[in-house]
Amino acid sequence: MRIDVRYFAWVRERVGASRETVETGAATVAALVAELRGQSEGHAAAFADVAALRVAVDQALAGFDAPLAGAREVAFFPPMTGG
Amino acid sequence: MADDGGRGGGAARVRVGDGAFDLGAETADFAAAQPGAGAVVAFAGLVRDEEGDLHALEIEHFPEMTGKAIAAIAGEAGARWGLTGCLVIHRVGRLAPGEAIMMVATAARHRAAAFAAAEFLMDYLKSRAPFWKKELRRSGPVWVAARAEDEAALARW
Repeated sequence: MRIDVRYFAWVRERVGASRETVETGAATVAALVAELRGQSEGHAAAFADVAALRVAVDQALAGFDAPLAGAREVAFFPPMTGG
Repeated sequence: MADDGGRGGGAARVRVGDGAFDLGAETADFAAAQPGAGAVVAFAGLVRDEEGDLHALEIEHFPEMTGKAIAAIAGEAGARWGLTGCLVIHRVGRLAPGEAIMMVATAARHRAAAFAAAEFLMDYLKSRAPFWKKELRRSGPVWVAARAEDEAALARW
């Protein structure tokens, strides 16, 4: 399946892109992360510590164990700092 | 600024954009549109200058998610405290020290509900709305880290 992957804040800076489309068979967010990590040194740096990351699947906050079946977009970002 | 619009009575109005806003005018307009309210609370967050070390603050967001996330938070505040209305304005892009980053305003029959709802909104906007702040300091850029106490603040609600 094709998934749009979005990156924000320092995750975007480390990856070196704000979005990319990947072809993946990953069943969960965690499995997708394992695939993305191998894409480049930047990806590896961005995903070095997943405890420092948050994820949204189709623009709703989700966990790393969230299933990807039917998902179109996965976003990775640091904890939010609004307000 | 984009306006996600109101939702009828007890409406939450949410605006996210890069333009400056007039805190006084926004508060006055909001207060004038709250039939039945006896209390209005307004809060604004400003860019701190960090003892002169900060020359700008850059705020990034997740445009397709931001409006929905804030509307959900505002909707919960409205329902929990029986607000006659609430307003959330949040800026993105580059801001100078002293500029207003964001504001919330809440209106209710009595002040306790308006104050509590405003604090609830602030606590949730800090940790659950997809914004990220980057400080452009004299010494170099620094992403603002989320603080453990901000996450802990959610537990009281």
